[in-house]
Amino acid sequence: MRYSVFSLLAQALNGQKGWKPAWRDASPKDEYDVVIVGGGGHGLATAHYLAKEHGITNVAVLEKSTIGSGNVGRNTTIIRSNYLLPGNTPFYEWSLKLWEGLEQDINYNAMVSQRGVLNLYHSDAQRDAFARRGNAMRLNGVDAELLDRAAVRKLVPYLDYDNARFPVHGGLLQRRGGTVRHDAVAWGYARAADQRGVDICQNCEVTNIRVENGRVIGVDTTKGFVRAKKIGLAAAGNSSRVAAMAGLRLPIESHVLQAFVSEGVKPLIDTVVTFGAGHFYINQSDKGGLVFGGDLDGYNSYAQRGALPHVEHLLEEGMALMPMLGRLRVLRSWGGIMDMSMDGSPIIGTTPIDGLYLNAGWCYGGFKATPASGWCFAHTIARGEPHVLNAPYRLNRFDTGHLIDEKGAGATPNLH
Amino acid sequence: MRIVCPHCGERPVDEFVPYGAAGLKRPDASASTSDWLDYVYLRDNKAGMHGELFYHVGGCRAWLIVTRDTRTHAIAEVVAARDQRDAAR
Repeated sequence: MRYSVFSLLAQALNGQKGWKPAWRDASPKDEYDVVIVGGGGHGLATAHYLAKEHGITNVAVLEKSTIGSGNVGRNTTIIRSNYLLPGNTPFYEWSLKLWEGLEQDINYNAMVSQRGVLNLYHSDAQRDAFARRGNAMRLNGVDAELLDRAAVRKLVPYLDYDNARFPVHGGLLQRRGGTVRHDAVAWGYARAADQRGVDICQNCEVTNIRVENGRVIGVDTTKGFVRAKKIGLAAAGNSSRVAAMAGLRLPIESHVLQAFVSEGVKPLIDTVVTFGAGHFYINQSDKGGLVFGGDLDGYNSYAQRGALPHVEHLLEEGMALMPMLGRLRVLRSWGGIMDMSMDGSPIIGTTPIDGLYLNAGWCYGGFKATPASGWCFAHTIARGEPHVLNAPYRLNRFDTGHLIDEKGAGATPNLH
Repeated sequence: MRIVCPHCGERPVDEFVPYGAAGLKRPDASASTSDWLDYVYLRDNKAGMHGELFYHVGGCRAWLIVTRDTRTHAIAEVVAARDQRDAAR
């Protein structure tokens, strides 16, 4: 069924009785051209673009739990393309372009809202760094505006501008950035892929990857052996575990990142604001809750929950930026497992094993990258070689020293 | 999470700074690129028992090796990194 205003009206008159499930709950067949391991945003997007852009429809997405139960539903929903380094800027800008056309492409309301992303700066040195970043973006055709204190004050008057320790000096604004309803991204891609014949198999955990003579032949799952010509790994925080099934060690550590939502309030923040003196970002959901997050807990973790000292630290940062937050109650908090790579940039590409492709290392930045990640990964799997946009993200850049270290933090995954 | 420091006793985790996997062996300067790749970048990143360096910055300022289940944060063992190094000699 195609969703439109007419289908809505028809169902309204019909007592909402005619809606069909948005995708089939498939069981895996014996054999596929491509098996995607991981039914999160990136895996589902990959399946969609494999079918749509490359005509490869004999595809299964194998998910150990339910689709969208991982990081695609655990982030703070922000999209942006305000990157500095050459490998990053074109890739994330392509992602933002895909976001702009996503809802028409997949016929699903993902509530893409280009409400702007404002990065605050709090010192002269930080202003210079942001000016440089903004210039790099504009040279790549990305929109960026450097705002002074008065312009920021007009945009977001409710910040603490005269904080003695972290006064707001201005900000770098990307108006095309914004937020997207994250669950709808998983559901929309799942539905679009399903309509093109992709099998989405939930509660189907991959337990082994079979390799013969240096080439993949399939995966063992909790629902039996599935033969596959090509296998794409998109397992986010579990990437190291899944890759180990094929004998690969990755330049990745898994860490927990927490996010929070406050009780709902009337419209307050109509953009995304990030605090430049620490690590804190905040926006408001359409339901009214303030959605915010900050830094990693710092130690390796596969537990999808964080510790209280980090909650306290994050809320202190929030209070330094917006003292009014102290009047609100935090409604919920949750944790997601981040695949923190050694240079802070992702990996999309081939592996030393024929037919095995890797999509991992997304650090905090996975959600905004979902469309381009799926698009580039689909290209890489279909053609057997990366697209020019994801060529810099190859796995062997760590051997050759071609790192993309946006933060300049070195091989310290918990600091990226 | 609370860590029982061998010098200071049971302390909250925010007194400590984590510093990645313990037990990595720095290769000889003349070692091959792949040995260096292994040491600098590649990690086991296990879901399970994991040895990790913690610096007790808010206490004795010693380096500790904390062995912990990364799925539950249950701590099995805490030793001073220096003691483990001396025992290995």
